[in-house]
Amino acid sequence: MQYTGRVHKVGDHIDTDAIIPARFLVTTDPEELGKNCFEGLEEGWIKRVQPGDVIVAGKNFGCGSSREHAPIAILGAGINVVIAHSFARIFYRNGFNMGLVLLEIGDKIEEIKEGDELQIDAVKGVIENKTTGQTIKTAPIPEFMQEILQKGGLINYVRDRLSA
Amino acid sequence: MEQTLAQKLLQRNCAEEVKEPGQIVQCKVSLVLANDITAPLAIESLAKMGADKVFDRDKIALVCDHFTPNKDIESAEQVKKVREFARRLNITHYYEGGNVGVEHALLPELGLVGPGDIVVGADSHTCTYGGLGAFATGLGSTDIAGAMALGETWFKVPESILVNIFGELDEYVGAKDLILYLIGQIGVDGALYKALEFTGEVVENMDIEGRMTMANMAIEAGGKVGLFPADSKTLAYAKEHGRDGDEQIFPDPGAEYVRRVDIDVTGMSPQVACPHLPENVRPVEELKDVVVDQVVLGSCTNGRISDLRDAARILKGHKVAKNVRFIVLPATPAIYRQALEEGLLEIFAEAEAIIGPPTCGPCLGGHMGILAAGEKCLATTNRNFKGRMGSLDSEVYLGSPMVAAATAITGKITHPREI
Repeated sequence: MQYTGRVHKVGDHIDTDAIIPARFLVTTDPEELGKNCFEGLEEGWIKRVQPGDVIVAGKNFGCGSSREHAPIAILGAGINVVIAHSFARIFYRNGFNMGLVLLEIGDKIEEIKEGDELQIDAVKGVIENKTTGQTIKTAPIPEFMQEILQKGGLINYVRDRLSA
Repeated sequence: MEQTLAQKLLQRNCAEEVKEPGQIVQCKVSLVLANDITAPLAIESLAKMGADKVFDRDKIALVCDHFTPNKDIESAEQVKKVREFARRLNITHYYEGGNVGVEHALLPELGLVGPGDIVVGADSHTCTYGGLGAFATGLGSTDIAGAMALGETWFKVPESILVNIFGELDEYVGAKDLILYLIGQIGVDGALYKALEFTGEVVENMDIEGRMTMANMAIEAGGKVGLFPADSKTLAYAKEHGRDGDEQIFPDPGAEYVRRVDIDVTGMSPQVACPHLPENVRPVEELKDVVVDQVVLGSCTNGRISDLRDAARILKGHKVAKNVRFIVLPATPAIYRQALEEGLLEIFAEAEAIIGPPTCGPCLGGHMGILAAGEKCLATTNRNFKGRMGSLDSEVYLGSPMVAAATAITGKITHPREI
């Protein structure tokens, strides 16, 4: 799983209301949700995003609600990877279940700036900053999460178990 | 090995030995919950999983409490999807009409959750049932669909933080103030990935509703669960609500905690969380100049009968300030009826409060109390994120039912002692 993209930075404690406010939760359609991604952070935020871009966030990204609409909105906006100082627990699970790649890098987050171009190897956990030439290594994804990712998400994992 | 309460509760529902934090374990679930926002996605995920039935139709709860009574055509369509699913699979616990209440107040009242249970819900405040000694936590819709199909799910065994609360509580200080104080101390990511386990004389003396209020906001500190031991009070509550055969559950003496937080409540004031994070907590006296446009009493945090009693005691014989909308939402139909019987609704009505049906409505900016730009609200709810209750330029302060009532009377954030 390799990704290349331009960085959009957001701050600490970005909550699920910032990612997708409750008033938009009257649909489950990824494209519709994607159109309103980060509308609770800043009106019209989505207009500056190109498909394939990467979000780089501070501490506790995705705190708040259990709404899976949050990772779906991010994926719906064409963003496949979020790199953060840390993730809120439910969001972390939801992200993997939906196939959104999440990498936790702690204080190294400071080394990535707005607009940097990143090349990401999600399996190895290696982030190459093409703009600065720096490489950031992260902890490997836990084995069980890798198993879910290998199956292409939780839906396939459960489907396999039900048919076994 | 000595086990924390979190480890003990997981162990009761897990075939393998629970050894240490970080271990990933498969656990049987006692109840799986979803609401009108999260159930439609879970139903779609179930279909994609190829599951045409659930593991046990008596152990699924579908509570349409967020946008109900339906606020628009889209939300009506969502609820319709949930209703049709519930009918097709003959789900026992489906609620949407005169039987619906705010899910985390409703399920304990119906005796559907209790000591020793593992409860997973597609709602982050599922952790409320930790107040009853249940390992209860929020998950996303697809995780919930997996649990509905398989009757089990996986957990990473969390590290635990022990929160020891002692001292003399002031008559105007309660559970909500204590949990706000703790979140103010440790921050909104202070318990990230961890269990909060409560102990101490204040906790022992606290009633079950207060414990649920505290457990409810464990997620606001990033916690996976907020746990209270199941003591004789818990068992009495469970029995009163129709459960049988529950046992007391305490952590082992000598269990290992990653951190210990001691809180002496002696001399503590009511606490208020300022915009835009639940960790921005200050004593109520420091906010006496904040003028509000709206006050909300309700939600899964503070919409129970004891909360309505607390507010009514302060409000009795007073009127809501001229420029304030005071919205009162009893959390369930049973609470509504009880409040009616005790004369609490009369007190609210006499004071010119707006009494609404059980709904999550304004808590999440869904409906029935949305804020315009520049407006301020004091709410007994659990989150004050930017734009949570409406406009991105509005502000939400979080406080207790007593602070809410006092604030509704004066129109400014007020210590209930001032009334």
